[in-house]
Amino acid sequence: MAVLLLAEVTSGELAMDATAKAVTASQALGDVTVLCAGASAAAAGEAAAKIDGVAKVLVAEDASLGHRLAEPTAALIVSLAGDYDHIVAPATTDAKNVMPRVAALLDVMVISDATAVIDADTFERPIYAGNAMQTVKSSDAKKVITFRTATFDAAGEGGSASVETIGAAENPGLSEWVEDKVAASDRPELTSAGVVVSGGRGVGSEEDFKIIEALADKLGAAVGASRAAVDSGYAPNDWQVGQTGKVVAPDLYVAVGISGAIQHLAGMKDSKIIVAINKDEEAPIFQVADFGLVADLFSAVPELTEKLG
Amino acid sequence: MKVLVPVKRVIDYNVKVRVKADGSGVDLANVKMSMNPFDEIAVEEAIRLKEAGKADEVIAVSIGVKQSQETLRTALAMGADRAILVIAADDVHTDIEPLSVAKILAKIVEEEQPGVVLCGKQAIDNDMNATGQMLSALLGWSQGTFASEVDIDGDTAKVTREVDGGLQTLSVKMPAIITVDLRLNEPRYASLPNIMKAKKKPLDEKTAADYGVDVTPRLEIVKTVEPAERAAGIIVGSVDELVEKLKEAGAV
Repeated sequence: MAVLLLAEVTSGELAMDATAKAVTASQALGDVTVLCAGASAAAAGEAAAKIDGVAKVLVAEDASLGHRLAEPTAALIVSLAGDYDHIVAPATTDAKNVMPRVAALLDVMVISDATAVIDADTFERPIYAGNAMQTVKSSDAKKVITFRTATFDAAGEGGSASVETIGAAENPGLSEWVEDKVAASDRPELTSAGVVVSGGRGVGSEEDFKIIEALADKLGAAVGASRAAVDSGYAPNDWQVGQTGKVVAPDLYVAVGISGAIQHLAGMKDSKIIVAINKDEEAPIFQVADFGLVADLFSAVPELTEKLG
Repeated sequence: MKVLVPVKRVIDYNVKVRVKADGSGVDLANVKMSMNPFDEIAVEEAIRLKEAGKADEVIAVSIGVKQSQETLRTALAMGADRAILVIAADDVHTDIEPLSVAKILAKIVEEEQPGVVLCGKQAIDNDMNATGQMLSALLGWSQGTFASEVDIDGDTAKVTREVDGGLQTLSVKMPAIITVDLRLNEPRYASLPNIMKAKKKPLDEKTAADYGVDVTPRLEIVKTVEPAERAAGIIVGSVDELVEKLKEAGAV
């Protein structure tokens, strides 16, 4: 059994954490060959060769593979697919763009966001934003899988796999890169932040969201919001945490003035520690909170911000 | 230019999901169902293209059970011109896999020749995030996924994509498959007169067999379970106690 793992390579650099976690997830499936593709990918290939459990590294460098465009990347993977039973990747936005395309070109289903490997054909994955866990058994000859990285530990470093350079597949020439814009905020990115402070409808206005932002900045946290707060115009849509927004699982999640609607809980209930501050002691958010404080947020949050100093 | 918009009937995002006792899936009988929220954004974008004079016709498609007709009526009430219902299952619990959906959509694209297909980036039931990419692969078209901004200009479209850590802008060749993310727009509500008008708009009924597509699933559902419950927490009496507890837990 052999596994081809698409490494996460951004601007020539290997995203070690995501790639090493996918290597761990793949260990039970067979010998792991890591594919590093990009306009420059040699350095990423050298780094991937050091991940424990990697049998071989393939490096494909070509201008068409820069910027992680789906069409040429999928064409490359399909050209290599004959040698592998499993084609896998960490479940990043890049892989979610590429892997379903690969699967359809191979006439197989994709298994997105797998959280556990039961056997070579059987995988567990969350559905309904994690409100249910489903075990699925694939009858496809080849399995195309993305692994949710948050549920696997990163493989260690210390390996010395061989590195082979390969050519790119023909570029279908369907799309061109224009530009990348990295988020302008000094705050961490919402989906990968270690701490998230979110405000809900209880915050009451866009102006009062500054209280939430001040606490977030004190904790070095990303700022989130419930859908109710977004719909009320208190916070921008890209802050939305929930089933229709972003799914987060930080070490610490602080929910302020959030009642805890199902759709919000779906986006944050896998956080390690949840703190809820709400004046309504009946609010459902307290049922998932590790630490609940029944209090008026306008006095409690500034006090908390000050005392965390 | 025609715009094709696939829409899916899913459990309403405000309904609590319950796993069936026999572990076969999530209970969808007698539960409020709505249009997948990402698909609403796709419908809205299609209607805006028509309002801006860039599209002539908006066609909504749904593939699933007969009841998906309601979802199509919602799309028509929002402003789609006509609808195609492809019946591919009898039981409301049967989910048609993205690969089968993409194969049926590919046949519809061949028939209708749209200039662009606008899809939701994922359905909030199976969370696969795959149909658009798969359709794009089957047609050999360009793909612009997770779009937060779309600007169609003749033979190309500029698509700004929500990616990990920021935004990426691509120029994709038309015809294209574009999958939409949350920030693209805010979908309108259908007005009562438009809901009434929608009842008179054309809705074609087909079956998966009409398109010669075998919808047998590739993934067998072995079991569905509730996620692990969180252990009950505690209520603290003051901010001081909260700070103390957070320090004890090593969280701050």
